[in-house]
Amino acid sequence: MTRFTSLQRALHWIMAACILTMLFVGVHMVSTVSPNYLALFTLHRTLGIAILALALIRLAVRLRSGAPPLPRDLPAPMKLAAQGSHVALYALMIGLPLIGWAMLSAGGYPVVLWGGIWLPPIAPQSDGLHTALWAAHVGLGLLLYAVVLLHLAAALFHALVRRDGVFQAMAGDLGRERAAQARQPAE
Amino acid sequence: MPAPPRRAPRSALGSLVLIAAVVAFAAAAFAYAGGWLSPQRLTPDRLVDAFAPPGGPALGHRRNHAKGICFTGVFEANGAGAALSTAQAFAKGVYPVVGRFNLGTPNPDAADATVRVRGLGVEIATPDGQQWRMALIDPPVFAVSTPGAFFELLHASASKDPEAMKTFAAAHPEIAAFGAWANGAPWTGSYAEERYNGLNAFVFTDAAGARRAVRWSLVPEARPAPVPLEELAKRGPNFLEEEIAQRLRSGPARWTMVVTVADPGDSTADPSKAWPDDRRKVEVGTLTAQAIVAEADGPCRDINYDPTVLPNGMATSDDPFPAARSSAYRVSFDRRAAEAKDYPRTATGASR
Repeated sequence: MTRFTSLQRALHWIMAACILTMLFVGVHMVSTVSPNYLALFTLHRTLGIAILALALIRLAVRLRSGAPPLPRDLPAPMKLAAQGSHVALYALMIGLPLIGWAMLSAGGYPVVLWGGIWLPPIAPQSDGLHTALWAAHVGLGLLLYAVVLLHLAAALFHALVRRDGVFQAMAGDLGRERAAQARQPAE
Repeated sequence: MPAPPRRAPRSALGSLVLIAAVVAFAAAAFAYAGGWLSPQRLTPDRLVDAFAPPGGPALGHRRNHAKGICFTGVFEANGAGAALSTAQAFAKGVYPVVGRFNLGTPNPDAADATVRVRGLGVEIATPDGQQWRMALIDPPVFAVSTPGAFFELLHASASKDPEAMKTFAAAHPEIAAFGAWANGAPWTGSYAEERYNGLNAFVFTDAAGARRAVRWSLVPEARPAPVPLEELAKRGPNFLEEEIAQRLRSGPARWTMVVTVADPGDSTADPSKAWPDDRRKVEVGTLTAQAIVAEADGPCRDINYDPTVLPNGMATSDDPFPAARSSAYRVSFDRRAAEAKDYPRTATGASR
């Protein structure tokens, strides 16, 4: 196995688009009083639940299908960073939507998704709990963007500098063609 | 082959620069989206900050309409609203209400006779699990047309420059109608004698999918008895809270909810402009306030009366205020919830 399955690759890229949209919507909506605020907040709640569902499916698929092994010559600290950042990404993809949902529940807000879908509260109403979850949601949201940037930098490092097939494992056909071109002069 | 080893370090350096540039761009785009690169943006934090009196906000309290008292009661829908919206709150029936009488001031200890604007927060819960929240006030029109103008108004009214309000009024002549009410309308001695107006326009959707722009008001059953302000000032700093508590002990207070339906072409974007009087009006039910509870331990304390919490069948219109209010109320709620220890819950430890 040198590449992720097509289902895993599809989940990865769909979620990448959702998560980037989510993070940008999140930081923008809390800094605006414009009429967009309401639509952005609805999008944020809806995407959050979508990401939660997709992340749980993805975790199940990952546990079943596994992942291609990292290159043998990858230095131990980079291997550790790769594994650690992936654990962090999974934890945040699942944890942040749950924290956001619980935060709104603790604040007494209904959680209404796009299309008029009302979700039940998952935490008791409590100002102390709201405050703790609010701080966690903001802090971990910023952490998620930092980990995403690290992940992006590492992917590009594998693709452009190490050229070790790690990027192609997730990039799929596009990555394979690029890799073939890149390898050609050396062969 | 000799070529790749010589080329590799150069291309690796170029690649690293490219990677750094991509990450830097992504970080900058994020900072831009979050407003960190545009300090002039009107953020909900700046809007809420502008309410703070010179000595700073009252910690643990709402940042505006800070003085208030909770009540419990019911909304009894007569069924007439079902022709306008599919919301369950309009289906004939009785639904529980948690409400809050309040004053438009950032000071929770303000004397009642010093605050011109009186308000009412209402949360109606329906068996389908949905809620309808609203925050109404007693003037017949809002002071200004846009959230940006409201932010300027807060600064002008807090300014030490004696010309600041004149300059503001010249730039925002729509404030004249609100000013006429503030200076000319009689004061009353009771929360129960006030008419509370939603002012913002919303859109109702009926069972056939037809959409109608609406505004709503709560019209008191109690006849308003004008009282000179000098007389009210003698009644003590909390006369409104004392009066409503006393009144409800001997019987409930009621308001009729009147929905006004816009004609096609009526502007829904400007709450400083009333619609003509002849617009269709539908009485949809009765709000009954049954019992008063002090705010510190009351059920309204932790409710954010965000007017965009609407059941299905109701939505915001192109009126820009509900979105601005929602974003600012959220900041106010985030802050006061985090400061809960500054507003102790036990009634004996409360500030009043």
